[in-house]
Amino acid sequence: MPTAISALLKADLHADRVVPPSGHTAWLTTFTAGAMTFLCVFALALSLASGRLATRWSDALARTATIRLSAPPDQLQLQTDAILALLATTPGVESSRALTDEEARKLLEPWFGPDLPVEALPIPRLIEVVEGDPGYDGEGLRQRLTAEAPGAVLDDHTRWRRPLAEAAGRLRLLGWLAIGLIGATMAAMITLAANASLSANAQVVKVLRLIGAKDSYIARAFVRRFTLRALSGSAVGALAGLIGVALLPNADAAGGFMTGLGFTGAGWLWPFVLPPLAGAVAFVATRRAALTKLREFP
Amino acid sequence: MIAFENVAYNYGGGELLSEVSLRLAPGSFHFLTGPSGAGKTTFLKLAYAELLPTAGHVTIFDREVHGLNRDDIARTRRRIGVVHQDVQFLDHLPLAANVQLPLTVSGKTGDSRDLGDLLGWVGLGHLADALPPSLSGGERQRAALARAIIMGPDVILADEPTGNVDWEMSLRLLTLLVELNRMGKTIVVATHDLNLIRQAKAQVPARVLRISKRRIQLAGADL
Repeated sequence: MPTAISALLKADLHADRVVPPSGHTAWLTTFTAGAMTFLCVFALALSLASGRLATRWSDALARTATIRLSAPPDQLQLQTDAILALLATTPGVESSRALTDEEARKLLEPWFGPDLPVEALPIPRLIEVVEGDPGYDGEGLRQRLTAEAPGAVLDDHTRWRRPLAEAAGRLRLLGWLAIGLIGATMAAMITLAANASLSANAQVVKVLRLIGAKDSYIARAFVRRFTLRALSGSAVGALAGLIGVALLPNADAAGGFMTGLGFTGAGWLWPFVLPPLAGAVAFVATRRAALTKLREFP
Repeated sequence: MIAFENVAYNYGGGELLSEVSLRLAPGSFHFLTGPSGAGKTTFLKLAYAELLPTAGHVTIFDREVHGLNRDDIARTRRRIGVVHQDVQFLDHLPLAANVQLPLTVSGKTGDSRDLGDLLGWVGLGHLADALPPSLSGGERQRAALARAIIMGPDVILADEPTGNVDWEMSLRLLTLLVELNRMGKTIVVATHDLNLIRQAKAQVPARVLRISKRRIQLAGADL
């Protein structure tokens, strides 16, 4: 294999010339590599974006909890103070504070508009709890809250944080799986093209075997050709994919919730890894196909 | 050089060659005769390891063919020049590149003057840049002979080399083969052209092997 790689890098014009220069497999290989890399750029963008999303959701929610307090209006402030006092003495709670009416209004603004009379509505009081390190005992805190303020409910976001993080994680996995499938499909297509090319050039192979050419020499001509085609096709596909991703609308500006299906920072460099990878896939696929096919020739 | 010991070859539909034992001595000249389908081509293919015997042993340059891997076979073929009746070339390469191909695939660089001399020797010097499809039958056979000997092989195997050419060209090819034999090359020519054999025997001490009823016999002196 190392010899084959060095032969690939070192142009052997004589070996390159023994195979007729053109054929339908030429454009097929280049096109396949280009199209697959184009798709791969999007799968990569999806995967990286999902990763960012999962991290963002986990980080944003992992260390916070909310206490929702429902109580008669005359008891509300009293129980709020009691809960805050309780939280101040609870090990594992870094800080806590009750959300102001203004903050509550902002939370409800997307549903009820900016002029909501919060004071007149029986909405629960929200208390934000920031967890320390190590964290607090959730079950113990719930029991103490029940004793101090029966209408208080601790919501540590686990209920919906976990499925969201899991969904984002699976989306990321799906992205990598798609990249793997795209790579495998490209390998299969190139193998088929290499086999077709070897069959179409059976006469050339027979002549070369007759005059004493080793399999490695014959394979080299095919491998080098297919690898270079895959490399060039993939480079075009990667460039097109990058342009496509760059032209996608930025979802952050729209809502701030989704991160946008694009690359950030050094992530833009990832697509440049794809052409060499495509070349490597083509190299391995063509070499295997060639060496297997050549055994059919005596 | 090349030895057959109780060799048999079975195509699957029956035995084509059976109990073949002979030794091709260095510098010898053999004709191989027999009716069509008798097994002349099969014999030659066994001699350059395109086919492996189904029984017995074929030894090429002191190595039993069953013990050769594909690279060994390739290296062995560089020492054996083969000329077929339906000779094939790489049609996209000019004649000179085709003739030089054995040197190319073995990683050797040929001297362009030597190549020119060789093409001149077979009478194709003026066609060095021609593409194979433009060559006549006789030109193709001479080009095949040039390709077969460019590596300086020890053995030359020719399968009906005069099958597609006229009598004049046949004599010209025979002359080339006789000259090669005088240079010390071992020659085996499969042919059913008895006139050609008579012409050769007048020039070199050629032996005639006849394939008959799956076996190879030394033919009589009446040829």
